[in-house]
Amino acid sequence: MSEMKKIKNLKEFSTSADRFEGANLLCPGCAHSIIVREVLNATNDDLVLSASTGCLEVCTAVYPYTSWDASWIHIGFENGSTAVAGAEAMYNALRNKGRLKQPDRNPKFISFAGDGASYDIGFQWISGCMERGHNMMHVVLDNEVYANTGGQRSSSTPIGSSSTTAPAGRVSYGEKKNKKDMVSIMASHGIPYSAQVAPNKWKDMVKKIQHGFSVDGPVFINAVSPCTTEWKFDPKDTMMLSDLSTDSLVFPLYEIIDGHELNITYRPKNVVPVEEYLAAQGRFKHLFKDQYKYLIKEWQERVDAKWAYLNRREEARV
Amino acid sequence: MAFDKMELRDIEVWDGNFAAAQALRQCQIDVVAAYPITPSTPIVEGYAKFLADGYIEGEFVMVESEHAAMSGCIGAAAAGGRVATATSSQGFALMVETLYQASGMRLPIVLNVVNRALAAPLNVNGDHSDMYLGRDSGWIQFDAYCPQNAYDLNFIAFKVSEDHDVRLPAMVHQDGFMTSHTAQGVNTLTDDEAYGFVGDFKPMNDMLDFEHPVTHGVQTEEDWHFEHKARQHNDLMTKVMPKIQAAFDDFEKLSGRKYNIVESYDMADADVAVICMGTSVETAREVATEMRAKGIKAGVVGLRVIRPFPFFQIAEALKGVKAIATLDRSSPNGAPGMLFNEIAGALYNTGDRALLSGYVYGLGGRDLTKAHLVSLYNELQANVDAGKVTTPLQQFIGVRGPKLSFL
Repeated sequence: MSEMKKIKNLKEFSTSADRFEGANLLCPGCAHSIIVREVLNATNDDLVLSASTGCLEVCTAVYPYTSWDASWIHIGFENGSTAVAGAEAMYNALRNKGRLKQPDRNPKFISFAGDGASYDIGFQWISGCMERGHNMMHVVLDNEVYANTGGQRSSSTPIGSSSTTAPAGRVSYGEKKNKKDMVSIMASHGIPYSAQVAPNKWKDMVKKIQHGFSVDGPVFINAVSPCTTEWKFDPKDTMMLSDLSTDSLVFPLYEIIDGHELNITYRPKNVVPVEEYLAAQGRFKHLFKDQYKYLIKEWQERVDAKWAYLNRREEARV
Repeated sequence: MAFDKMELRDIEVWDGNFAAAQALRQCQIDVVAAYPITPSTPIVEGYAKFLADGYIEGEFVMVESEHAAMSGCIGAAAAGGRVATATSSQGFALMVETLYQASGMRLPIVLNVVNRALAAPLNVNGDHSDMYLGRDSGWIQFDAYCPQNAYDLNFIAFKVSEDHDVRLPAMVHQDGFMTSHTAQGVNTLTDDEAYGFVGDFKPMNDMLDFEHPVTHGVQTEEDWHFEHKARQHNDLMTKVMPKIQAAFDDFEKLSGRKYNIVESYDMADADVAVICMGTSVETAREVATEMRAKGIKAGVVGLRVIRPFPFFQIAEALKGVKAIATLDRSSPNGAPGMLFNEIAGALYNTGDRALLSGYVYGLGGRDLTKAHLVSLYNELQANVDAGKVTTPLQQFIGVRGPKLSFL
């Protein structure tokens, strides 16, 4: 059994040995690199990592360079989760056969993928991994858009945002569909742990990641990843956007244990109106025209209803 | 966790699927990730039963699609161990993306492909459409003509694929139903002989070696992509054939069964030759013998290795032949046919260019009968006598309705 890494403060956390190097091609202000470091720094154990095709992958493994000082694999857009599942199966096989080169290690198996690679094209592969019970963690870097290819809508793209394939225009307010609820869907597989995290709430994140590492079986993590390029905000404001996302409750932080027991893990002292979250991003700019202001009201109602639902779930202890 | 060895009789009555499943068991695979599809399903069913009965120690992961099967195989192979799976037809088609990824990442994996037609129209029977779909994927492709071959070629495939000078994945093809579901006598190896032949897996760039972290599956654009692809192709063309030959030689020493990169039958003095793959090779051999009794010097050439294409070995095998028929068991869909094209390419720069005619046959499990081959040999002899191709350049064997030849 591996020892849980003890982290007292942010300074100690940020000075952990990096197995994901700062030398990468991600945009300045990209939350992906922050989330990845927070996940990896939560453990000192060895890592077997994958990235599905997307921003993280194309920005960290361009031959002949790599940003990864850990075992890492990329196969394709949809199958990063299954790559790690295959590696985990091999680990089990070699352990049973006594052929591990370092049998005393306790590696962690983690697949990273964007919302496109998780909510859309990789959905089936992740579902398969969760259902089969691999000892692995799937982390969604959820920036609510196909950012790597220039900002096309995914099934994580929220109502009213403007993306290149669901743009706002003379007769359209952009995205018409509500975001898919992946945390619930994955929890419904009966997996031991699923949770939503945000990079600004690093203590909450580390706690959840470490909980995920401690359980036996598949873990699903959805991480909000504010995208300076596609959400259209200044690169210096990534953490501010992340704060707005959690404090407006657009991204409530919670966990679901064993597929049913829901705990809210962060309750903002001062809940920020959703309007402030929307106003901070260029992708929602058009919603502030008179004819679309009703959508902002609907946004608030939807967020309130989801928050009330989460509270009821938590209280019910079911 | 331990596993039991299995006592086999010297000759077992197995179909091609069970022969392949037995070979996988004997190779002591570390990870099989698989998804069932007709007609290859009994391979994974057989393997699952071996596991349930305690004859297998490795991991068996039944995934949710063929794409995931090969994705899991790639992850497992990169982690560093022996990996195999099986599929057919639509499943193979779904896998195609990952086939290129497996070979591009230089990962040894053995894939048993039980050949079946591709929809539409949906069809579960044998033809070579799936085999042809894989021919540019960078895999080594072996072709079995019978259950014995399906058994033996699995051992060869692991030995070649896992060689550190090769590190390319390999397919073992067998004909759906005709081989996969037809029981024949199969000469067996003992478990120890079989495992001794393939040997222990030797990892390379394995993700589970935490002292040497590796990055698998990088991005290369116009600056490096071409070099990677060209080197992979060059390795496939130059390094693989000698390894296959060495494996065939070693296997002959072990089993007494001799395999050749190109299988030639009655070719020494042949005037007319049929070149084909799969079970048809055996039918053609029988007919060639009968044609010789009628005074036609008939021969048969079978491809044992489809990729890398045995360019020089084919030219050598066909030396001095006057008329050749290529038998393609896949709709060319807009070309003369894979075998026609490859054979034409192999012979074009040789001194004695034979008369070449193409035949498309057996789609969706349509039988190729001895009578078909008799008239085909007669057509080839007519070509020899006339000094030119007397038939359309492309013909369909046994298809009803109007003649559909376009050449």
